[in-house]
This record gives sequence, structure tokens and C-alpha cells, in this order.
Amino acid sequence: MYQLLLCWRYLRTRWIALASIVSVTLGVATLIVVNSVMDGFAKEMHDRIHGILSDIVIRSHAANGITDPGRLESTIRHQLGDRLEGMTTVVTVPAMLTYTFRGQTQTQQINLIGIDTNSYASVSDFSQYLLHPENKKKLEFFLRDSGYAPDRPNLNDSGWGYRRAKAQLDQAMQRNQQLQQQLAAIQPREASERTGISGASGELPTNLDTAIGSSEEGLLPLPPGTELSSSPNIDTQPKGAQSLTIGPSIQPTADAVGSMNFDPSKEIHAGIVLGIGTGSIRNRNAEGKVEDFFFIRPGDDVSITFPNSGTPPRAVDSLFTVVDFYESKMSEYDSTFCFVPMATLQKLRGMIDPMTGNGAVTSFQVKLKPGVNLEEARDDLRAAFPPFKEMVMIESWKDSQGPLLAAVQLETTLLNILLFMIIAVAGFGILATFFMIVVEKTRDIGILKSLGAPGSGIASIFLGYGTLLGAVGSGVGALIGLVFVWKINDIAKVVEMITGREVFDPTVYYFNTIPTVVHPWMIVWVVFGAMFIAILASVLPSIRAARMHPVEALRYE
Amino acid sequence: MNNSSYKTTDSSLGAIAAEPTRQRLRLRTFPPPEEASTGSLVSAIGLHKSYRKAKVSVPVLKGVDFEAVEGKITSIVGQSGSGKSTLLHLLGTLDQPDEGEIHFNGERIDNFPRGKRDAFRNHKLGMIFQFYHLLPELTMLENVLAPSMIGQSIWSYFTHRREIRERAEHLLETVGLAHRMHHRPRELSGGEMQRSAIARALVTEPELLLADEPTGNLDQEIGRGILEILQKLNREKGLTIVMVTHDESIAAQSDRLVRLVQGRVEVVK
Repeated sequence: MYQLLLCWRYLRTRWIALASIVSVTLGVATLIVVNSVMDGFAKEMHDRIHGILSDIVIRSHAANGITDPGRLESTIRHQLGDRLEGMTTVVTVPAMLTYTFRGQTQTQQINLIGIDTNSYASVSDFSQYLLHPENKKKLEFFLRDSGYAPDRPNLNDSGWGYRRAKAQLDQAMQRNQQLQQQLAAIQPREASERTGISGASGELPTNLDTAIGSSEEGLLPLPPGTELSSSPNIDTQPKGAQSLTIGPSIQPTADAVGSMNFDPSKEIHAGIVLGIGTGSIRNRNAEGKVEDFFFIRPGDDVSITFPNSGTPPRAVDSLFTVVDFYESKMSEYDSTFCFVPMATLQKLRGMIDPMTGNGAVTSFQVKLKPGVNLEEARDDLRAAFPPFKEMVMIESWKDSQGPLLAAVQLETTLLNILLFMIIAVAGFGILATFFMIVVEKTRDIGILKSLGAPGSGIASIFLGYGTLLGAVGSGVGALIGLVFVWKINDIAKVVEMITGREVFDPTVYYFNTIPTVVHPWMIVWVVFGAMFIAILASVLPSIRAARMHPVEALRYE
Repeated sequence: MNNSSYKTTDSSLGAIAAEPTRQRLRLRTFPPPEEASTGSLVSAIGLHKSYRKAKVSVPVLKGVDFEAVEGKITSIVGQSGSGKSTLLHLLGTLDQPDEGEIHFNGERIDNFPRGKRDAFRNHKLGMIFQFYHLLPELTMLENVLAPSMIGQSIWSYFTHRREIRERAEHLLETVGLAHRMHHRPRELSGGEMQRSAIARALVTEPELLLADEPTGNLDQEIGRGILEILQKLNREKGLTIVMVTHDESIAAQSDRLVRLVQGRVEVVK
């Protein structure tokens, strides 16, 4: 009873002791902030990676993939039983993306993924990362008219409108070039036989007129008055060629590139969804705002080169039309992932068995029911596909991003250790302060002993005092930390305003706001850890107080 | 075994010549019978105590025999360094003698284990000091309550807190400090502090009151007031008091007087 009374009184009358636990307070606050931000960061990353990747991937590296997917599928279904939520098959192949920008051919290494749009959505949050609102609901590999990315004004007018305009421009340019070539061919002739021109005059093909008329005027800087003859087969052929789904699997390029009867203003190649980082550069504009500059937009055609499934593999290339972008905000994925319809890719790579018509796949992606133990399911699948029987790799999404997640984890652990060291240092401050207080209270200790207080009672006064101080210190620290976490984005803004530097650079992190997650158990651990250190630091002074000789303590001046 | 030394020191006290027998008797029939009201409450035999300063051992008590008769005021006088405070501390079990024995109510107390000595101090003894020794963080009432809090578990304190509080308030009223109950020690005068120290010493209803120069830090008038309170307690409640003082006039008013010189008992009156 007297212990409680006295340590309460000591707490209330000795504010200087609170100074010794300011470092505990700060340590606790920092720990909470750091853990919350790191957890938020890790959670954001987990969510993103998990949203992009399915729970478990069963992958084959064979050039022709898994030729009998049906058998594997039934094994997987049997092995997982009712833990299975969804499953899809995928064809993944390393590839090269080629596109033309300002007359220069750009190439880029990508990961070409053939997906089945219906089942792919059941294993990952794929469609929510697409830019077009309609595609977010359900992806079709068709080009939309317009309305891409409502929040990106520079992409809004992409789509069919852009494609038509561009196609007409290209046609006109092509025509111009051809006319100039013709002109160049004519002029030397003109010199030798001046009469040859008149027959062709006045017969400019009407379709050229319409082409020029419907695109911007004045695009053709033809010398005025020049009379040109036109060759009949420059341009439009009947537009019957069907290019939406690509035909023959053996010669896929024949139809797209070689075909003269493909009208880009009315038709598209097979659709492709590009990772947003493949066709854009993220930079700061003059005002310091972060902007994406797009080299490719929905409606553009790109060429993809990839190996076929033969032995040895040969390069296949094919034209695709960009129908949307994919933005997962994980730069690694955004700059390498490109999605095409699986059937198209299977045909192009020659993965369809001509006898049965079954397509081979390179991997299975499995989604588990919520709450299912991921590692256990993975191990069950591994047991079902022993490496000596099937050459497949079975990984959970955590495995595939293991190093990244482990790095974040390691960073968090190191920071925690460092900050706890700071609190431990604060513990020594408390120790020193407590020794001082015990010395200051020597006479009180003597009095209490003369009144019959046992040593354990005296010790518990100071232990209780340490506990109370620790509780106050870490409580206030937790409060400060939580408020800091709660207002962290406002605080970041203020820091930006003062220092002029961005705390979280969006060109690096893709975060507009700092993500935070507060785990109640983390707070409990930090607070109790700090209190434990405070109590530990008060143990020695308490023992000293308990062992004090009553007579000497009473005599102490 | 102690009889010889006992007789030599107390030869002047004819009234308790039969003391040794009674003491042996009491050892057997503890608690003491009522009729022994004039017997010795606390007695010490052959006390030796020396303090170690650096490497030199300084003897303070060199074979002191002492007795405090129940219901009487015993004064211990002597010059500074004569060992009178040390004797009081030994009687109060704050310290342990190097040699010799201390008996309280016939029970040897100097070799009690630590916890038992603490409980003994709390239940059987009241102590007042020259410098009052009140706890500065507590109010006067809380100071008076402190021994009760120490002596009882939280539970029993809580169940009896009203009576304990009433008793403490009553004691403070008795020493004339009813208006000072919620003041802190530093807001009080020396006399008031000493009076509340007396109230604190009495709150556990002790059998023996040990006073270490209770008037030593007060001017004469106030000191006399304190002494009057003690005398009144002795007269009305029959409280046994052992008082250390160097003021001969105060010592002269007590029932018995023990003079210590150089760590030895010189005069017993």
C-alpha cells in the first residue's frame, strides 16, 4: 500500500525523472513509426505482388511447354481438393518488343504472357491494373474507341480515333513518298520526251483525295502545279483481310506484315496489353511534377519477336496492336510484362498439336481459397510432382519474390534492433537517474525501515516507480508514434515544404501517399519491451535501496 | 547464565530483585501475565558494538547492561559519542550487537531474522527522532498512516482503512494537529513535526516508545511541550518510554536514568 502511495508521489513530485525517460518515449515513438511505415511498405508490396501473381505457379521450362495440360490439371485438382479456388493456364515466353518512335526502331526485352482472359481473372487481380475502365471490368483484346485512363489526360484520346488518324497520316505520308519517287522517276524522262505527261494528267485517284482530305490538310507539301500520274495499285485493296485472329501458325508474319490488304484504319492485329513501363518514361516536367511520357499508345502497332517451340527454337515475329496498358505499380512487372491472348501465342509458337488440336502451356497458376496454408499447399503439389518425374517448378508467390520481401524484412529487423539499442541506451540513463534518486531518498528509506518496512517493500517502491516511469514514457511514446503515423502524409508535406525535397520520391516508389499499417501486437511488443527495459534499469537501484542499512540511512544527511 | 551480570547492574533496584526468576518464568509463559506490570519490558545484557571506519574498528558500546521497566520513562544520558544513540538503535533492532543479548518481554529479539525484526519494529515499537524523520512527499495524515500501511497487507488495509484513518486522525487531534492533517512536513514548524512524529509512533499501539533526542532540535519551550505529551502518554496510557537525551533537566524528570560514558554504563538511578 505504502509502496503504491510513495511511487505515485515520487512520480508526481519528481519531474526530472521524466527527463530520463524522454529517450524511451522517443525510441518507442520512432519504433512505432518505422514499423508502421515498413509494414505498410511491405504490405503494399505484398498486395501488389500477390495481386499480380497467383498463389502458386507450376512452371515448365521446356521449349514446347507442358504438352498434356489436362493430366496435370486433374492431378492438381485432386491434390488440392477443396482448397482450390481457381486455376488458369498460361504460356510465358521471353520476347523482344520492337516499335518505331520518330523513325527510330526501339527494342526492349519483355516477358510475353499468353493468358486466357476468362480464367486468368480468377487467379489474380489482373484486370484492375488495366487503364481502360471497361477493360477493368473484363478484358477483351479489342481496341476501345477512346476513354483510356481517365486520370491521365495524355492517354485519353488513344484508341480507334487515334489509330484511324494515325493510319491516314501514315498512308498519306506513304503516298507522298511514292508520289515523290514517281516524280523523281518522271523528271529525267521529262527531259528526254516532253510529251509523255499529258495523257496521265487529271487522273489523280479519288481515294488519294479522300485520304488527304480526311486527314489534316496540307500534309502533302507537293509542289503546286505539278501534275502527277498515279500507278493504279499504290494503295487500298479490298478490306476483307481478317487479321483480328491470326491465321496460320507456321507463317504468322505472312498475314500481318506482308499483307497489302490490311487497313490499319479499320483493322487491328492481335491485341496486346503492354506493361506501362515498356512504352513510357517517367520524368519530371519543368514544374517538378512527375509525368509519364508515352512512346506507344493504345492503337499503335508493335512488333514482338520470340522463340517458337521447335528444336532448335527459331525467332518468330508478329505484329500486335496495343489495346491497353497494365499498371501494377511494381516497376519490375510494369517494365517487362506484356499480355496477349493465349490461343494466339500458342498458334504463333506452334504449340498446338495438329492431331488433337490441344494447345500446350508453360505454366499453371493456382489460386487457393482464403485462409489456406500457402506453404502446405505448395508442398503438397511438390509431393505430387516429384522432380524426377515431372520437370516442373512449383513456387508460391512469396517464393518468387523471396529476395525482395526478405530484403524488406531484413531492413525492418535491423531498424528494430538499432532502435531497441537506443531504448537500451536510454535504460542506462534511467539506471543512473534511479541511483541518484535512491541516494536522494536515502533518509526516506531509513525512515521506512525504522517503521518496519521490509527490504522487499522498499525495493518494490523503486521497482514500481521504474514501472510507472516506463509506462508513462512508453505510453506517451506510443501516443506520439500513433499520431505521427496517422498524420504522416501531412507531416511529409510539411517536411517537403521546409526542405524542398520529396520524402517519398514518386518516380522511385510509385506511391502518392506513404503507406502505413499499424499492427496492434507490434505496439504491444514495443511498449512492453520499453517498459521491460525501464524495469530492468530500476532493478539494481532497487536492490541497493533494499540493502541499505537503516541506521546509516537515517544518519544520512 | 545472565544472572550475575544482571544483578550487578541492577543492584540498586530492590523492587525487582526477584527479576531473574520472573524472567525465566515469563519465558515459559509467554505472553506475559498482567501482574508483571512493573517488570522489565526490554533488557539488554553485555552489549558490545563497534563500527568500522576505514580499516579501524571503533568500539562504541563496551559491555552495556540496560533495562527499561514497563510503564516507566527511562532516560539515557551521556555526551556525544558515548554510544547512547547506538544503544537505542540496538534496542530498536535497527542494528545488531556484536555481542550480548536483548530481550523484549522475555523474548530474545537481537537474533531475530530480518523479516521478523521488521515486523517487530512495526508492531511493538514506536520511534521518534531528533530530526522528526517524516516522509516529505506525504501529508501529515499519510505520514501517521504509514506504519499501518507497512504493517498490513493491501487487502487488510483496505478493509480496515476507515478505522485506521479514524485512529490516525484521533492521534493527530490528541497532539493538537487536527488542522494540519493535509499539510506537508515542510509547511510545519519543528514542534508540529515532532508532535506528528509522536502520533505516527503511536498509530500501531506499540508497547515501547523509543525517543532519540526528541527535543534536541527544538527550543526549550517547545521541547517542554513535547516532553509533556510524552509524560502524559506515560501517565495515562502506561506507555513505556526509553529516551535518549543530553539535556540533564529533561533527564531529571524521568523515572529512571542511565548514564553512558565511553560506551559503558556509569550511573543508574
